[in-house]
Amino acid sequence: MNEKIDGVKFDYLLRQGDNALILSQQLSKLCGKGPALEEDMALTNVALDLLGQTRMWLTYAGELEGAGRDEDKLAYLRDAHQMRNCLLLEQPNGNYADTMVRQFYFDTWHYFLMLGLTKASDVRIAEIAEKSIKEVTYHLRRSGDLIVRMGDGTPESHAKTQAAVNALWMYSGEVFLYDAVDEAMVAQGVAPAAEGLRAQFMEHVSEIFAEATLTMPDPAAWMQKGGKQGRHSEHLGYILAEMQFLQRAYPGSEW
Amino acid sequence: MSKEWPLWEVFIRSQHGLAHKHVGSLHASDAEMAVNNARDVYTRRNEGVSIWVVRAADIVASSPGDKTALFEPSNNKVYRHPTFFPMPEEVKNL
Repeated sequence: MNEKIDGVKFDYLLRQGDNALILSQQLSKLCGKGPALEEDMALTNVALDLLGQTRMWLTYAGELEGAGRDEDKLAYLRDAHQMRNCLLLEQPNGNYADTMVRQFYFDTWHYFLMLGLTKASDVRIAEIAEKSIKEVTYHLRRSGDLIVRMGDGTPESHAKTQAAVNALWMYSGEVFLYDAVDEAMVAQGVAPAAEGLRAQFMEHVSEIFAEATLTMPDPAAWMQKGGKQGRHSEHLGYILAEMQFLQRAYPGSEW
Repeated sequence: MSKEWPLWEVFIRSQHGLAHKHVGSLHASDAEMAVNNARDVYTRRNEGVSIWVVRAADIVASSPGDKTALFEPSNNKVYRHPTFFPMPEEVKNL
């Protein structure tokens, strides 16, 4: 019984860690490609923040598992079907609107999720969330600010942002589609309930979109799912191939 | 970019600092973005700092040509400098 619960918690920790890991990897690719020097710095800063959070989640997951897998083994030696990140985060960087809309959807639910996790019954999870929320608050402020600038900017930036908003919408809600793992975490007093989380997300997104003169997609629209269970889009394999190459080629190296 | 993104000068008071110091400049389209960017570029988001951003165009600087008129007179009025006070031994590093 106890073992099973830990297995569930392990899975839940992987989900948190993998979300941050995959998005961090995606943002890292933009290093030196930002539209302005300051934006470049900001993107890489966010990537670093997320990588720091990844390390905390995966380290804890490895300890809980007790099979000798540390953060590196978990990050570099799992294949796509073992990754637990939401599909939203493995979507390509695209143009700057695509990148920022993906970021904005993530930051919004990430913020409210971390806020909920600061009250987790598991002290370690609460501590990681507490540490993360400072960074995530800033991420959310920044991406919301940019969505408003791009949506309420030129006709071209408006069109590109609206296109990104519509295209990525079906990946925005996976996090609220609770499965047995999520439900068990709610029952243990770790995770916040899906409905409250979803309501907070919708409220913030519609507020920002209104200010950005963007049309809010249908909140009841059908949402893609599978990432949390290890069923991913075709993008993840390529991301991992690049990310894990060195570890796969030279296993067990010290660096 | 220089047309749409004016130059801003950034002043930062560090955690235990008493005054804002000029740390550099950056480009941003408005003040809010300048503050955000200053956090990313100059503070690495150190907690407990205060940031001022000022549009570079709003700063008036003394011109190098005025140097003599502005600063020279005080140099040859030695009585204005507090250098004639004997200091007690106990007072170090003043």
